[in-house]
Order: sequence, then structure tokens, then C-alpha cells
Amino acid sequence: MSAGTDTNELFGDVDLGWERLKGRAFLGFCIAASGFGVFALLLLLGDVASQAVTAVFVRDISVVRFLTESASRFPDEAGFYAAVVGSAWLMLFTVLLSFFVGVGTAVYLEEFAPDNRWKRLVEANLANLAGVPSVVYGLLVLAAVVNLTNPLSGERVGPILFAGAVALALLIMPIIIVSAQEALRAVPDSMRRGSRATGATNWQTVRNVVLPAALPGILTGTILALARAIGETAPLIMVGALLTARRAPEGPFDTFGAMPTMIYYWADRPEVDFHYLAALGIVVLLLILIAMNATAVYLRNKYETEY
Amino acid sequence: MSETELEIDVDREEDADEETTSDEIAVETRDLSVWYGEDRALQDIDMKVPENKVTAMIGPSGCGKSTFLRCINRMNDRIDTCRVEGEVRFRGKNVYDDDVDPVALRRRIGMVFQKPNPFPKSIRENVAYGLKIQNKTDNLDESVETALRRAALWDEVKDQLDSSGLDLSGGQQQRLCIARAIAPDPEVILMDEPASALDPVATSQIEDLIEELARDYTVMVVTHNMQQAARISDKTAVFLTGGELVEFDDTKKIFENPDDQRVEDYITGKFG
Repeated sequence: MSAGTDTNELFGDVDLGWERLKGRAFLGFCIAASGFGVFALLLLLGDVASQAVTAVFVRDISVVRFLTESASRFPDEAGFYAAVVGSAWLMLFTVLLSFFVGVGTAVYLEEFAPDNRWKRLVEANLANLAGVPSVVYGLLVLAAVVNLTNPLSGERVGPILFAGAVALALLIMPIIIVSAQEALRAVPDSMRRGSRATGATNWQTVRNVVLPAALPGILTGTILALARAIGETAPLIMVGALLTARRAPEGPFDTFGAMPTMIYYWADRPEVDFHYLAALGIVVLLLILIAMNATAVYLRNKYETEY
Repeated sequence: MSETELEIDVDREEDADEETTSDEIAVETRDLSVWYGEDRALQDIDMKVPENKVTAMIGPSGCGKSTFLRCINRMNDRIDTCRVEGEVRFRGKNVYDDDVDPVALRRRIGMVFQKPNPFPKSIRENVAYGLKIQNKTDNLDESVETALRRAALWDEVKDQLDSSGLDLSGGQQQRLCIARAIAPDPEVILMDEPASALDPVATSQIEDLIEELARDYTVMVVTHNMQQAARISDKTAVFLTGGELVEFDDTKKIFENPDDQRVEDYITGKFG
């Protein structure tokens, strides 16, 4: 081809301008869409942070007092301590109740269940459970636990911390199951074949090869599920959690308040002073959430295996 | 102690009875046919695999040679659509009999796969795996060393036994898998194209190793590489498309003077 050939002569009949324009427009829309979420999050964080800063530096609320005192009628004496302890207890029992049942379900579905109607029924059920509004779990536990009569004392069970944990455990069970299933599916079948060919039973294969390989993924999923649970308010209100946590619960059978219910109560009060306490509470809750998510990301990156 | 342990002992007693009739034959198939759903993968295979020899299975893709191999230690069991007819006799006992536990069977017939599949565990744990699950944990370190030496890997890894098996090169990983398979001391080792995912140097190491292993074990190797079969095997079985065993004889005979015209055509590269 000689250097003098006219470009127009060669490609003149091809007009890409309009196609290129459509491409750029679509790309712009996608960038704007992905930016929207980030923008909303930044707006939220900025609003909460500015309120928290005002609370500490303008209103002179002591952070130490906020973290060591519990709920009070007087805003200058009120703190978050009992709520934080209540949430910690809640998470402990929530994870105890949901982890083993959830992982057990996932292991059964992925490693043992034959691909039949029963398995599909269980999986369809799980997908539906994941979509049930959290308040419904609160109602369920209210009827099935809180309103029962304790056969030993003859009294009503009442709004105990354990009931709250049951509601939260039911709520996050589908999330734990699905994420554990994904972690198990990520273990290549060649690992299972290698184990079976060495003369391992199914149980030995699951116990010694599949579960250890899937464990980081399972833990990551569990932590993310707990992060979801720790911010849940509606099921706790249904169960009858104390909105004002005046003292930390002393065990699973004590009455309790938690961080989200405390924040909800403060934000609902007419006095402006309480609104600043709510803002500080949200900051504490967000910090705990970020720490949990960071742990999950760390676990995932550290133990990720390239087969 | 588990039930499977017991099963092994039962098997051993039966072997003693059959020892005289199955002299020097480790594995024998009789009228072995396999279907995947409606598709027939193997057609009436009769084959006697000699003890302490290397037997190669060759043939074009889809000829059923891998299916045949997986029938020997019942690794096909978990494929729902797979149906097996006929007999696979291991030391005279049909492994598809109802009283044979496939787990007990696989403890005496080990297997190495096409793609190296070490566990995401340390080199030591990989080799010790079979020993641990089979409760053969006396002198564990010694057994691990013996297996690694037999797999010609000991000198390369003896200083890094606690590092991950996944950090090794492909050829080393495959020798690690061979060490894992031979550590619990099975009698037969099945290999499904053990060198096809490896570079030429690693391939030749694996080939040397296979010849070595035949001194202690009965080795059955599936390969799509005819030169490899010619180099390492004592006996060769030629499968052709449709799951038919066309010829099974001494390797020398197969490659120099096959009876069947189709085998000659396949070996000289006229098809396949």
C-alpha cells in the first residue's frame, strides 16, 4: 500500500461517530451510577461525623463518660456502656446459635445431599427465608419464646437477651448458609477426589480436607452476617428489648438493651441533647462495623488459596 | 477403630483363599461394560493385569481408557448416570460385590490424577494424609520420608517439609501426589495421564519413577502419548473409539507387530 492512499477513499463508507457517541453516553451513565452509592455513603458519614464532632467539641460531651456510663433521664449523665455490652452478649449467643446449624446445613447440602427434590426444596426455602423482613423474626420469637411460660418458675419467659439472640440468629442463618455453601463450592473437586482416592470416607474428606480449605471463607461470611445482625433494630424491639439500657445484662436470661435500640430511643426523644448522644452512638456502631468488615477482608486475603 | 478397618481384614482373609487361583494377576476384568446414561463407554472388556508390572492403556480421546481406570477402584461410583456391568476382580474378588466397601478397596488401590492435586497443607501433611486417615501413624516421620524417597522427591523437599505443597512446581506437585498415594502402601497404583500436564523434564522424571515403582507395586497408566507407553510399560492395552479393547499384549509386540490392522494404523499415526 503506497503512502499516498487517501484515508477517506479507504474507510470513507464506515461511519463510527454515532456508535462511539452511544458508547460514551452509556459509559458515563455507568460511572455516574457507581458514583451515586459512594456519594450517598459519604453524605451519611459526613452528616454523622459533623454531629459527633459538634457533640464532643461544642456540646462538650465527654467520650470517656459516654463509653462508661449507661442510659439516664439526664442527657449529661447518659452513656452507651450498657448498650455496647448488651450487643456484645447478643452477638456471642447469635453466633453460637447460628454458626453450627448454618455450617452444618451448608455441609449437608454441598457435600452429602443427593441432587433431588428434597435438596431443591431446602434451597428454595433458604432463598425465601433470606427475603423475610427482620421484624417478622421478632414476632416469631415473641410468640415462640418470649410469651411462653417457664415450667420451673411458672412465670412468663419475658424479653430476655437469649430471645433476642434467637431472633437475630434466625435472621442471619440464611446468609451464613449461603456464604458457607459458596466457600465449600470454591474448594475444587480435585481435592475431594484426591482424598477419596487415598481411601478416605466422605466424613474424613469433609473433616480433613474440605472444611479446613473452606474455613476462611466460612468465617468471612459469618463475620459479615454478624455485622448485619449487630445493627438490626426491629426484631429486638419486637422481642421487647429495653429501649433504655440502664445497666449491662448479667447473662443470657437477663433483660437487655442493645446499641441500635439505644440509638433509636435517643433519636426519638424531643430533647436536642439526646440527638447528639444518638450521633455518638452511631459513630461507635459504625466503628465496630468497620472493624468487623476489615477483619473479614483480612481473613479472606490472608488465607485465600490459589489451587 | 472404624468399620472400614474391619472390612480390610475380611478382604485379606478372602485373598488368602484365592491366592492360588489368581497367581501373579493383580487385577482382572471380565465382560466389563460401562454406560453413562444411554451412552456406552466400555464394551465387554476382558483383561488380566499382571502383578508388579507397568500396564499402559492407550487410545484416542473418548475411547474409555480413563473410564476403565476409574472402574478399578470404583471412583465412578459417585457419578449418578454411570452404570457398571461385568466384573473387576482384585486378587480374585469382584470389587463390585455388595460386601466390598469402596473405601476399603481404595486403601489397597491408590490413584494419581492427570492434574496434580496436592491439598492446601504442608508437604509433610500431604504425604501423611493417607497414613493418618488409615490409622497407620506409627513411625509417621519415617513413613513420610520413605514415601518421598520412593517418589524421588525427598532430596528436593527435605528442608521444607512444613511449607505448603501448593508452593512446589507442577512436576514436584505430581511427585508429591505420587508420594501421597504410595505412603499407605497400596498394592496397585492407578495413574490417569500423570504427566500430560507437565513439561518435558518433569515428564521424564515421572516416567523414570513409574518404572521404579513397578518393582514394588502393580502400576496401571492411562496415557495418550504412545511413545510414553512404549518407553515405560511392560504390557499395553489399545482402546479405540466406542470403548472397545482392540488388543492387549506385551508392549513390544503391540508396537512392533500388532495383530489388528486398526492398532497398526493408530500406532503409525494414520488416525487418532
